[in-house]
Amino acid sequence: MTAVSTAPPTSPTRMSAPARLGLHALLLLFSTIMLAPFVVMLVVSLIPNSAFLARDFSPANFSLDNYWRTFAAVPFGRYYFNSIVVAVSVTVFQILISSLAAFAFARLRFRGREALFLFYLATLMIPFPVTLIPNFLIVKNLGWYDTYLALIVPGLFSVFSTFLLRQYYRGIPLDFDEAARMDGASSLRIWWQIIVPLSGPVLATLSIFVFQDAWNAFLWPLVVTTSENMRTIPVGLAAFVGQYSTAWDLLMAGSVIALLPVLVIYVLGQKWFVQGIALSGMGGR
Amino acid sequence: MTSQSPPRRPFRWRPDQQWEGYLFILPSFLGFLVFIVLAVVMSLGISFSEWGLTGFKGFAGLVNYQQLLRDPVFWQTFWNTAFYIVTIVPLQLALGLIMAVGLNQAIRGVTLYRLIYFMPVVTTIVAGAIVFRLLLATNGPVNSLLASIYGLFGIPFSAPNWLGSSDFSKWSVVILTLWKNTGFTMVVYLAALQGVPKELYDAAHTDGANAWQRFRHVTLPLISPTTFFLFIFQMIGAFQLFSEPFVMTRGGPANSSLSVVQYIYLAAFRDIRMDKAAAMAWVLFVFIFAFTLLQNYMQKRWVYYESE
Repeated sequence: MTAVSTAPPTSPTRMSAPARLGLHALLLLFSTIMLAPFVVMLVVSLIPNSAFLARDFSPANFSLDNYWRTFAAVPFGRYYFNSIVVAVSVTVFQILISSLAAFAFARLRFRGREALFLFYLATLMIPFPVTLIPNFLIVKNLGWYDTYLALIVPGLFSVFSTFLLRQYYRGIPLDFDEAARMDGASSLRIWWQIIVPLSGPVLATLSIFVFQDAWNAFLWPLVVTTSENMRTIPVGLAAFVGQYSTAWDLLMAGSVIALLPVLVIYVLGQKWFVQGIALSGMGGR
Repeated sequence: MTSQSPPRRPFRWRPDQQWEGYLFILPSFLGFLVFIVLAVVMSLGISFSEWGLTGFKGFAGLVNYQQLLRDPVFWQTFWNTAFYIVTIVPLQLALGLIMAVGLNQAIRGVTLYRLIYFMPVVTTIVAGAIVFRLLLATNGPVNSLLASIYGLFGIPFSAPNWLGSSDFSKWSVVILTLWKNTGFTMVVYLAALQGVPKELYDAAHTDGANAWQRFRHVTLPLISPTTFFLFIFQMIGAFQLFSEPFVMTRGGPANSSLSVVQYIYLAAFRDIRMDKAAAMAWVLFVFIFAFTLLQNYMQKRWVYYESE
């Protein structure tokens, strides 16, 4: 009919109806497997243990009782408070500290810059277990054991975040700095008023990545805390398992309490989460 | 994300930026010095010392390392960790790739599927491990499901003791890890797939390549850098498994699912053998380093870089 057709006659990626149906079946199977643990968690959290063991899912059994009992048995509010304090502090200060260093590595010219940066990079390979024991001893000697300082301070220094921000800052034209310097702006001002505002997306994704990491951290908080008052959610939850190993109703209610806010935030801001986590996949690009 | 830098200008030293540069780096550098550099040096020192409850008790040379070699539990944890690597890494790459290829098609619901597959990734691993303790309990839902599937075909079913028998405990950890991390692999693969130029598929199609051939000879080579990255990333992760066995199986029964990092934790904080634990951490580091180097060397054979 018309000489100009935008759609190619046969796109190689177009699928036939049966193929599409088959694909949906497979994707739905995966979805079921991924979702099942969440569904089981929710259902068991709403019924008494005896009803679960008897597989009796009649509506009369459902109630929020387990939640009240869990809250009575475990100070989840306190765990939440601790997790929020720790994850927010780590995120804000780690990114500030990394951003300052990244700015210098990317945009200031001083002697020893490249050597210092290489020194940073060389430590990227060191696995966490190597620094675990000495950092525990350092924190203990500083008198920080079982305090917020122990939970937060060692997490503020990230070579990965510094590296990532430096890569981004290098992509911003240096002319911006030169022009601002002509107008008499200091380096601090250039960093705060030009570079930081220009790096909004990378800061957002990095924040999510760092926050997630701090929120879910388990081994370090387990090692440096001992009192119930200092536990973060993962540590509190693990201790809860120790006490109630087969009280499934309470354990599932506790897990739901721990997960619900994170999952709600995730569903609302899926895009940012996926980008934030995929950040660590950038090494592959 | 732009990681490409503009053409580098030759490095010009700016005397006025000398001290400023140091000042900007100072906060980061202080922490780096204490919690990374000092920590690494200390860790190495401790591994060559006798270090007990009261701290340093004297140099010990290679004694801690020799003790490790004679410790059957240490060998057991290395065998367990090797098992985790050879199961988790390939299974996760394969499943993640299948999911990503599925989601890279022109179908409805991609966003919803992706939302679901990625959900376990944002889940606290401790909560995940607790649910899998329930799912995999002898009288738990997984065995109920298996029993009814077996029953459907009239095959007699004896419920496996997933968490309580050394035949299955490692598999339980593998299953939990796959559930938790495959969504991550999927997302990274999906990004790579979306970067494959469409013209290449069109060209291959014109040349008469069928879907499998296009996948095998266009897609796979073009995403091989991502496969390489994921391989290394997941391998390092599997070397350092901790929370999964710690919460789900406690490393048992009879240490059959105990991971190296879990044993480091127990040695340092239960047995108060910081020295032995530090030595173990270094052995682990050497293994991770060696395997990463090996993979890096091998990549020439199978990783395809467009720019070359």
